[in-house]
Amino acid sequence: MEFAELIKTPRVDGVVLRRPFLPTVEGTLCLTGHHLILSSRQDNTEELWLLHANIDAIEKRFVGSLGTIIVKCKDLRVIQLDIPGMEECLNIASSIEVLSTLDSVSLMYPLFYRPMFQVIEDGWKSFLPEDAFKDLESMTEEWRLSDVNKDYSVCSSYPPLVAVPKDVDDDTLRKAAAFRHGGRFPVLSYYHKKNGMVMMRSGQPLTGTNGRRCKEDEKLINATLRAGKRGYIIDTRTVSVAQQAKARGGGFESEANYPQWRRIHKAIERSSILQESLIKLVEACNDQSHSMDRWLSKLEASNWQTHVKEILTTACLAAQCIDREGASVLVHGTEGTDSTLQVTSLAQIILDPACRTIQGFQALVEREWLQAGHPFQQRCSQSAYSNSKPRCEAPVFLLFLDCVWQILRQFPCSFQFSQHFLVLLFEHTYASQFGTFMGNSASERSKLNLSQKTVSLWSWVNRPQEVERLSNPLYEANCLVIWPSVAPQSLLLWEGVFLRWKRSSRCLDEAYDEMVHIIQYNKELQNKVNNLRRQLAQLETEEPLLQTP
Amino acid sequence: MKYIQSSVEQVRLLERFSNKSTSGTLHLTATHLIFVESNNAATTAAQEIWILHHHIASVEKLSLTTSGCPLVIQCRNFRVVHFVVQRERDCHDIYSSLLRLLRPVSYDELYAFSYNPKQNEQQREEGWQLIDLGAEFERMGVPCDRWQLTDVNRDYKICETYPRDLYVPITASKPIIVGSSKFRSKGRFPVLTYFYQEKKAAVCRCSQPLSGFSARCLEDESMLQAISKANHNSRFVYVMDTRPKLNAMANRAAGKGYENEDNYSNIRFQFVGIENIHVMRTSLQKLLEVVGSRFLSVNDYLLGLESCGWLRHVKAVVDAAIFLTKAVTVEGASVLVHCSDGWDRTAQVCSLGALLMDPYYRTIKGFMVLIEKDWISFGHKFADRCDQLDGDPKEVSPVFTQFLECVWQLTEQFPQAFEFSEWLLLQIHEHVHSCQYGNFLANNQRQREELQLGDRTHSLWAFLLREQQNYLNPAYCPTYADTHPVLEPSTLPCHFKFWRNMYHQFDRSMHPRQSVLKNVLTLKESNCKLEDTIKDLEARLQKHGISPPTPDPQASPRDQRILPTRPHSLILEAPLSRKEAQRQQEEEEEEVGEEVTECCSDTERTVEGSSGTERKESYSDLQGTYGAKAEPAVVSLEFGVARMTC
Repeated sequence: MEFAELIKTPRVDGVVLRRPFLPTVEGTLCLTGHHLILSSRQDNTEELWLLHANIDAIEKRFVGSLGTIIVKCKDLRVIQLDIPGMEECLNIASSIEVLSTLDSVSLMYPLFYRPMFQVIEDGWKSFLPEDAFKDLESMTEEWRLSDVNKDYSVCSSYPPLVAVPKDVDDDTLRKAAAFRHGGRFPVLSYYHKKNGMVMMRSGQPLTGTNGRRCKEDEKLINATLRAGKRGYIIDTRTVSVAQQAKARGGGFESEANYPQWRRIHKAIERSSILQESLIKLVEACNDQSHSMDRWLSKLEASNWQTHVKEILTTACLAAQCIDREGASVLVHGTEGTDSTLQVTSLAQIILDPACRTIQGFQALVEREWLQAGHPFQQRCSQSAYSNSKPRCEAPVFLLFLDCVWQILRQFPCSFQFSQHFLVLLFEHTYASQFGTFMGNSASERSKLNLSQKTVSLWSWVNRPQEVERLSNPLYEANCLVIWPSVAPQSLLLWEGVFLRWKRSSRCLDEAYDEMVHIIQYNKELQNKVNNLRRQLAQLETEEPLLQTP
Repeated sequence: MKYIQSSVEQVRLLERFSNKSTSGTLHLTATHLIFVESNNAATTAAQEIWILHHHIASVEKLSLTTSGCPLVIQCRNFRVVHFVVQRERDCHDIYSSLLRLLRPVSYDELYAFSYNPKQNEQQREEGWQLIDLGAEFERMGVPCDRWQLTDVNRDYKICETYPRDLYVPITASKPIIVGSSKFRSKGRFPVLTYFYQEKKAAVCRCSQPLSGFSARCLEDESMLQAISKANHNSRFVYVMDTRPKLNAMANRAAGKGYENEDNYSNIRFQFVGIENIHVMRTSLQKLLEVVGSRFLSVNDYLLGLESCGWLRHVKAVVDAAIFLTKAVTVEGASVLVHCSDGWDRTAQVCSLGALLMDPYYRTIKGFMVLIEKDWISFGHKFADRCDQLDGDPKEVSPVFTQFLECVWQLTEQFPQAFEFSEWLLLQIHEHVHSCQYGNFLANNQRQREELQLGDRTHSLWAFLLREQQNYLNPAYCPTYADTHPVLEPSTLPCHFKFWRNMYHQFDRSMHPRQSVLKNVLTLKESNCKLEDTIKDLEARLQKHGISPPTPDPQASPRDQRILPTRPHSLILEAPLSRKEAQRQQEEEEEEVGEEVTECCSDTERTVEGSSGTERKESYSDLQGTYGAKAEPAVVSLEFGVARMTC
């Protein structure tokens, strides 16, 4: 096995593990191909199992012959390992470094992982585009499922099946694809049942400096408009960024060629800026200084909350165009794989109650992120601690989760899931035993044959016990559109992720458990009352009968 | 009196954080300014805003615009309303009436003396007897073999801002007390405020010594010696000067100052560095300016939070309380706390420290006792600080508000430790400024006795206790006190948050649309009712000869108390049933619908709250009385608290 060559010292005794707010553990450290394991000699103390893939960076320190490795994880946790013996420590450190930065997809853990649980429902088959389309068909006949991309030749980042206007043939789609960045021609993202309006998404149009146009592209998006109605194009970039894109062959839809569309520019930042923001935010949260001014200025300088606000605002805008103005919307940025997806998926959370259920949210992530070609592998290969120069890394999906959390905070009874679900997704996008977030697109996943070779995260999540753990006890279906407030005073720092390892969560957990208990107890009592009432009613109707004869 | 009764029609109320407005009628009564939305659509309930005159901090008439004459009213409970009155003359009338009304010159004009809830004399008297500080000191274990009650201040002769009953070390003789009081600013000599029984350690408070650059006082030194001797656990006593060192040094020039460690044996002197009332006043003003600006960006918000310094000051107070707590509970040392006069920062630090040390103060009743002891009886100048009478604006300062905020910050860190929720803090804050109850009137006990508040006004504590089920924290765990008798809060800056529910209490659009607190509280109440129903049903079944199944241990009642029915008033007035909430939400959506034209401009995407009824019933009761009587019979203050959810 090739991993063996990478592991110089597979096992060290007398290693001490230190974690904030938890007791230290002394035990044996073992390195395997995919895990760092620390187990104490006592039977009942917990073991640490850490995926190498979860390790973002390590630091070594030596005091005499005692070495210390500080392990910084992608889920933002920081742990410390005290290892006796300089050589052992160096060996362990270099092994971890190599194992945590393996590039080869074929060595990734999901391909080796065998589930220890019984798969009731195969998550790889839970959210097929065909099934999603069946729901759409029940509401409208104006759309069809096209397999123009069945061999991924029209657009490498799209799935084989996409929903497009019924009147537009595949040939037109091919031509429109040639006019859009990455071949990402406009496709259906969301159908608003209430008024039949739609949200579409695409890549930027390739107008270039000389203002190219494409009749097929115009025809494609105009086909979604009702007679005499105007639509909105939401460009997630500022006007100047969109202007600059022209020089690189990109651009935006001009008024002249798209007279039925009104274009609105917003200012969601590009991924490299978001990554920088995450690094600064995490740095601020880890600052041990007791100065309030320092904390607030660092928080401000990170710009993280600004990004949250901007994304939420844009999503609200899209939702408002659809629900309030009764207009259809096309959303795009540059590639159409990052900010575009943040906006389209959040708008659906706001508009569509189905997306606020556990299953529905999975379907949303599957549809609007995985199938839609968000490059998870590139975006999540490093997190906030990594020393290596970021390439394509960006917390695009994490920002989306943060925005969902903000809405969840404001409508705590309207979501079937609790924040645990969001934290879980955050963890699994960065390091996982499941194949769900591997690869960068549907085509990559299909080439790797992941649905056969790996287990889906959804298979695990949708088991009853896990569903219960992730459920929000306060949930009551709310069929309405939920408009969040985006005032800075209403947006909070997501403590569940960013301060998770910075404080003891025991107090908060216990308070949460107490709340769950009150709710469950209420259900029990209600059941009991109903039973007793039924019993009593039965007796009272039976008894007169007994007495009369 | 012309200014008392008037109504102005066609007044527009501009929403604070959006471009929307509603029009209605403005009524001015003897006690309130009332805005009633004109009922254009019969389906939606008309919005009403009731503002107590005492709550108004300032009225400002802006320059005339084409649509009318704007009037901006800022309230002490952080409500800001912006009216536009069509005719300038009407506007001026309201303006000048309000100016007269909001600056009462004598206590007799305050609402507390005319407020008359439907209560008989006995109930009123009982209300004042709810809190007994003598019993509170007994609870702490005082008097004991080392501390005694002294009668030196029986007639307020030694210190007129202290209460009559004071506790001092047994070894502190009368001459020592008198001598010490002469060496302390305003005669506020060291007295006991909290006794930590477990270690026999005392928390004492006083004002600054009149030491100047070199003066000393043997009696004062003996006093501190006596405090030190009363505690065998520690050889020294901490003296915490809660001021920044620079301020304390500056005071020496005025013949005041701080203790010289060389003159006092066995003291450990420590500056804490909480800023003075003027800094706090300016800081909060800046904070309110920042968060009051429309279309605020996240960066301006965070920079504003930083530059106003408010959270830094809040943290400084909490840090000081933690220092005090550690000295007492860990080291077992006694601590003497003072600032300049010993009624602002000293009150904050002593009361917050006691809250950390003693779980009793984290209950509803205990919290009232704490405020009664450290703030009311020890002479925090509520009248001056809260601007009850037209006084010196330099004396006004949000010291008590800051204390409430510190408590809130702690409740956020320890969600199970407090019996009360933030609603209690908000309600207390509301009434500190409402002057509706006698508790917070005037500056000290002596003045209160002169005003005969106990005979002429009602007690807030009785009112709050009567409806305490509204202020319960559903996550409260009484056994938490056993495992965590002393709270050890984190002082990392990231744990201090902006208290939106206080400073934006009335800006409904800022708040979550569904409240976990309210939901769980309702469920908890419903649990009690269900338990009763089950008992009742089981009894009826028994008559049919069916005995109840053996009780399921899991389903045993955790909370045996039977709660009274919830009054329809108050913060929690929000619709309790989901359907109502949904209907309201639909209304909200309608409102957004009106905004569509600006949908695509770059405006704030906040969705404004629905026009819920604030106190619909009382208004209809009142409608007939506007012209006739000055004092509306049913007015109580609850409507002042916004419904913050749904």
